[in-house]
Amino acid sequence: MAMTARQRAKVSLYVQAGIFVVVLAAVILAVDWKTIGTSVFNFAKIGPMFPDIFLVGLKNTLIYTALAFVVGLSGGLLLALMKLSSFPLYRWIATGYIEFFRGVPALLVFIAFGYGVPLAFGVQWDVNIVVMVSLGMVASAYIAETLRAGLQAVPKGQMEAARSLGMPHWRAMVSIVIPQAFKIVLPPLTNEIILLTKDSSLIYVLGLTASQYELTKFGRDGISSLGAGLTPLLVAGAFYLVITIPLSLLARKFESRSARTKR
Amino acid sequence: MNNSTGSTATVRAAGVNIKDLRKSYGNNEVLKGISLTVEPGQVVCLIGPSGSGKSTLLRCVNLLEHPNAGTINVGEFEATDPDVDLNKMRQSVGMVFQHFNLFPHLSVLENCTISQMKVLKRSKSEAADVARHNLERVGLGHLADRFPDQLSGGQQQRVAIARALSMDPKLMLFDEPTSALDPETVGDVLAVMRKLAQEGMTMLVVTHEMGFAREVADRVVFMDAGVVVEEGPAEHVISAPTQPRTKEFLRRVLDPTHIGVEEN
Repeated sequence: MAMTARQRAKVSLYVQAGIFVVVLAAVILAVDWKTIGTSVFNFAKIGPMFPDIFLVGLKNTLIYTALAFVVGLSGGLLLALMKLSSFPLYRWIATGYIEFFRGVPALLVFIAFGYGVPLAFGVQWDVNIVVMVSLGMVASAYIAETLRAGLQAVPKGQMEAARSLGMPHWRAMVSIVIPQAFKIVLPPLTNEIILLTKDSSLIYVLGLTASQYELTKFGRDGISSLGAGLTPLLVAGAFYLVITIPLSLLARKFESRSARTKR
Repeated sequence: MNNSTGSTATVRAAGVNIKDLRKSYGNNEVLKGISLTVEPGQVVCLIGPSGSGKSTLLRCVNLLEHPNAGTINVGEFEATDPDVDLNKMRQSVGMVFQHFNLFPHLSVLENCTISQMKVLKRSKSEAADVARHNLERVGLGHLADRFPDQLSGGQQQRVAIARALSMDPKLMLFDEPTSALDPETVGDVLAVMRKLAQEGMTMLVVTHEMGFAREVADRVVFMDAGVVVEEGPAEHVISAPTQPRTKEFLRRVLDPTHIGVEEN
């Protein structure tokens, strides 16, 4: 009866695998495969989505993400430096900004800039600008925290050595501290791009013209026009994975590289 | 032995004058009115137990720490003047740290050129020439294209010295330059420092290397608990100290096996 620790671990593994198989079987049996076939995996009817989901949808998702990331990176760097400033007012502004934009749903920010600004100022922004401002401002808040952690992870001696060589503070930041901080934050920054790629889908709440459709909007459009149930969303989801999985692999590569060069 | 009047003097050395320097961290006063003079071309070694304030004193000289009271003059600069051009002053003060603080993202050569280019506005080729010359001086000309993490501790510290020298300093500060090194690489770093001293560089050195202090220093300053306890020529302070605290410290440092053993 007495089992060794190794035997107990083995039995435990078998039990876990057994539970997994039972649950999987229960789900497969419970699913209405006939309906699923016509409304989720109905690939026969999605032909009209191509090639536009690729040429327009994927392209726009990439453009919106890139725009937001550029704004987010510059805004985030500015906010991170403000947060580390010795001038209290800068720290307060940065902290307030970061807490606010990390605390509200990105969807609300989209609505605020997409519908609120035209109401308040009577100007209608181009979709690209709305994305840059709203998603960029949200991204700034997240990226600021990532960069701040990176800047603080650079040893204090680096700044001291640079200042001792006569560099002004800003020059030491630009030439010595920030390059090292970027190396540290490359993996989390890549994850940030993945989040942005997915958040760019929120733009569907705005009125878009066909040439402005991104992946999710394409999927939603397909649901109503193709009669293939939810299948178009499944296709859109697959396109997101085409973007996000390589990025994820890239982040992992950065991580292992920085682990190797760490002394 | 190092106030060389000879032909090797390549530096226009600057002196240091410290008067009544005080520095506190909160309620903890670590420098309690220090006065110290280093003549141009002199080598002064600061010795004393850890926590005595010697590193803080050194870091005050180029204002990495801001003193609460007192004055510091470095060459033509008054470091403690609120209007002093700190960046300008620091260009003439080389600093060598215990943990080297080389820039890990730059090659050995770039470590020595970046400040020349960005601060002194030297051209890339001129900066590289100066850097190579100084890397030769510390015996590492052949490692110019390596990165810091490919070097031993002793090599990194010599690169750090070359980096400081590349700014043509008139004064060099050394903050326990050999304390973080493997014993077998200490000698190379001390040899470079000895050569610098012979060339007439003004040097202020915080060190635990009593042999180096005895051989190279014009004067040795013993600090304890934030005050200068005893100072004078090395042979007096190290070989024939008069103050009980100096005697006790040297007994522990020079013969660690004696600690806790009563004389019989």
